[in-house]
Amino acid sequence: MNTSHATTWGRGFLLKLCLMALVDALGVYAVILAWSRQSWVIAAFLVISLIAANVVYFSRRMTPAKYLLPGLFFLAVYQIFVIAYTGYAAFTNYGDGHNSTKDDAIAAIEANSFQRVPDSAGYPLTVLEKGSDLAFLVTEPDGSAALAAADEPLAPAPEATFTGSKATGLEGYTTLALGDLLQRQSEILALQAPLGEDPSDGVLRTPDGSTAYAYLPVLVYDEAADNFTDTSNGDVYRPSEDGRFVDDSGQALEQGWRVFIGAKNFTSVLTEPSLRGPFWSVLIWTFVFAISSVALSYFLGLALAIVLNHPSVRGRKIYRSLLILPYAFPAFLSVLVWQGIFNPQFGFMNTQVLGGADIQWLTDPWLARLCVIVVNVWMTFPYMFLISTGAIQSLSSDVMEAASIDGAGWFQIFRLIKLPLLLVSTAPLLISSFAMNFNNFNSIYMLTEGGPLKHPTDQAGSTDILISFVYRLAFSGVNKQYGLACAISMMIFVIVATISALSFRRTGSLEEMN
Amino acid sequence: MRTRPTLTALAVLAAGALTLTGCGGSSDTTDPVTDASTPAAESTGSLTIWADVTRYQPVVDAAADFTAATGVEVEVVQRDYSKMQNDFISQAPTGNGPDIIIGGNDWTGKLVQNGVIAPIELGDNAGDYVDVAIEAVSYDGQVYGLPYAVENVGLFRNPALADSTPGTLDELIAKGQQLVDEGKAKYPFMVQQDPTGGDPYHLYPIQSSFGATIFATAADGTVDSSKVAMGGENGARFATYLADLGARGIITPNITADVAKQAFINGEVPYVISGPWNIEDFKAAIPDVAVDTIPSAGGEPSVALASVQAFFVSSYSNNQLAANQFLVNYVGTEDVQLALYEAGQRPPALKAAAESSTITGDPIMKGLAAVGATATPQPNVPAMSAVWTYWGPTQVAIESGTGGDPATVWQEGCDAIDAEIASAS
Repeated sequence: MNTSHATTWGRGFLLKLCLMALVDALGVYAVILAWSRQSWVIAAFLVISLIAANVVYFSRRMTPAKYLLPGLFFLAVYQIFVIAYTGYAAFTNYGDGHNSTKDDAIAAIEANSFQRVPDSAGYPLTVLEKGSDLAFLVTEPDGSAALAAADEPLAPAPEATFTGSKATGLEGYTTLALGDLLQRQSEILALQAPLGEDPSDGVLRTPDGSTAYAYLPVLVYDEAADNFTDTSNGDVYRPSEDGRFVDDSGQALEQGWRVFIGAKNFTSVLTEPSLRGPFWSVLIWTFVFAISSVALSYFLGLALAIVLNHPSVRGRKIYRSLLILPYAFPAFLSVLVWQGIFNPQFGFMNTQVLGGADIQWLTDPWLARLCVIVVNVWMTFPYMFLISTGAIQSLSSDVMEAASIDGAGWFQIFRLIKLPLLLVSTAPLLISSFAMNFNNFNSIYMLTEGGPLKHPTDQAGSTDILISFVYRLAFSGVNKQYGLACAISMMIFVIVATISALSFRRTGSLEEMN
Repeated sequence: MRTRPTLTALAVLAAGALTLTGCGGSSDTTDPVTDASTPAAESTGSLTIWADVTRYQPVVDAAADFTAATGVEVEVVQRDYSKMQNDFISQAPTGNGPDIIIGGNDWTGKLVQNGVIAPIELGDNAGDYVDVAIEAVSYDGQVYGLPYAVENVGLFRNPALADSTPGTLDELIAKGQQLVDEGKAKYPFMVQQDPTGGDPYHLYPIQSSFGATIFATAADGTVDSSKVAMGGENGARFATYLADLGARGIITPNITADVAKQAFINGEVPYVISGPWNIEDFKAAIPDVAVDTIPSAGGEPSVALASVQAFFVSSYSNNQLAANQFLVNYVGTEDVQLALYEAGQRPPALKAAAESSTITGDPIMKGLAAVGATATPQPNVPAMSAVWTYWGPTQVAIESGTGGDPATVWQEGCDAIDAEIASAS
């Protein structure tokens, strides 16, 4: 009994060896892949995970870890990483115009600033090679050939050979075929061959390897001084603290980069009037929505579960299958259908059920709130029905029988015995349902988009919960502000985590009671 | 004790399987052929293109010919149109984005602002495209996309109900109302809207006929996107007109895209403002469906918004040379543009293709092109995000009559847009 399966050569060990070999092979492949893409963090994480897996599964001890490790691995990938990344982004100005690194921004500004020299011709081009150096052989508009390279300004090349009217070869140089062009495309695209000794003459560049054009850069980057100069008017753009190049008049270049901005995203939530104003009413509605969704769907599901668990009900299996349908139906589709049902002019509710009534289901603030809850309950009660059915079936009937012998009525049995027993097993699920509904972006956004708005320029609509309010705030302006969205998401995370932690502690005491 | 090795084995197996599927997912984007023959993606010049469901197949077909001619492998990945722009902006800098994406011209400004697309040099071929298409993909003096289709709305008419389109929108509505009174139709005229977002795109021909254009355009064609130009007196006249149509139940937020489309297909409405995306379904129900220019409501010519579909090259691509070859020398040819038209029913952007008998011989295309001839490109500046945020909800408030005086509501909407634009710069 004391010999562990960890190292004895039994069947189990061989199977484990094979599986671990497979995991290691895949892991090493993934590490190489991450390494080659220079994703150091991912590579390091994979190396640590692989070492941990091998240590745990080949060790004689660490039995609990053998069960926990796969779970911990996926917890790290799908939860901890996401939360950590959100936390990191919350302290940056990540968003439109601050999309990547400073180097990327400089490259983008340079690439966008090459303006075609006005009225200049396109030069038919052949790319040549001498040693490892590249050169452009172009055919001038007058039909003569000329040669240019990175450090050689454009000069006539009378010895060039022609194919038709296009210069295609030159002695001492090798003509590159399409395949060669594609092999070296980054170098060819980067090549800037000067048109003359004077830089203001411009440069020849090619976008596709078959035609070259004359360009002049409008913005020139000075690496030593770390600034851009506008060649048309001499303006100098210097890097600013918020990750942009700004000139003396405050005008900024469009492409910026991501920088840390400290707690600015968090403080702006607390100080900006457009955020502070509707925040409390949105918070209250979020609680009302989450609590009523969970409570109503739970009691509806529980009631149906009790009824359909009664032995005297016929065709219980059919009813149960039918009740699962809303759960099995894709939420996106059911919400679309509900939207159609509630259409005041053409919807089923007004035209058929209410015989031509004119009730503004989704545009009246209170009715819209009601509709959102009704639809959400409709979508979630089958889940509650399922877990309640399971919990009821696991209750021992002895206690109930004893109670009824003692003279308890059915409601007393339900309230004093069944419900507390059921809550022990279902309360954790109710808490997670609450956490889910607290952030139930889809239900709100698909049905009402957070609306109706009391006024079209309002920042929050009547059915906006915190997360849809965040979406509206961070993404409604000119620029998407991912950093701000992350900051508010972190705050919501803290609220939900606190409530969940407190509730779980409470269910712990519920268990002790039994 | 006995169950332990089995459980452990199962857990490891599950972990292995999940890792396996994870790896499979990530390698989807690289071409299997290139993967096998050469390790570095750059050396052979393979292209990855993101396209939505409607362009997927025609691009695959066009790419097959390109591969045959040049040996450059092309892999087309189908993506959800609504998510493509944001996914591309966030993934391009990581090096995992595609070489080319196909999207709307209204993306241009956002993509440039985030540094994810490179300019395209059309050289002397720029004149081969219809002007509105080049204007639509130009930003800050550079051309950023290769346009392949120009789409705009038009007035779809059911000839069984109405034999012609009157000269003004008021006359059109009166004519439709007469059909309703005679019991031949249920509704006089429809423009699709949405209960929360409205639909400024479909309403724009009506709005523009009051002179309330989105931005002011200077004489040299540059657009002033620092503030909107749709407020003021012209905007007030449009708002009052829209409020009146809303009160009469002709244009309401409840007439969703589905409602309008179904009503037209069922022959319940003689006129509807719609676009090329509905041609197939309309033709199936009404084979002789006609497309007319949209009559003016406010006295000035009614101008539709042209949305131009274009190919953009990623600035992070290692295969830009191959990408430019594919676009300029291949997608920009009459054959490919016509093939894309056949598959997607969107009028081509290349003049030679747009003027070919395939297009001019089709009365629906001819009708849409007549509207397109005066259409203005959908603005591609980043400021449009703020415009869309308030534009639709303001129209919804006016149509449904909530919020009081329509002219005031409209001006407040315009002011809110201006404030957003000002706060961003």
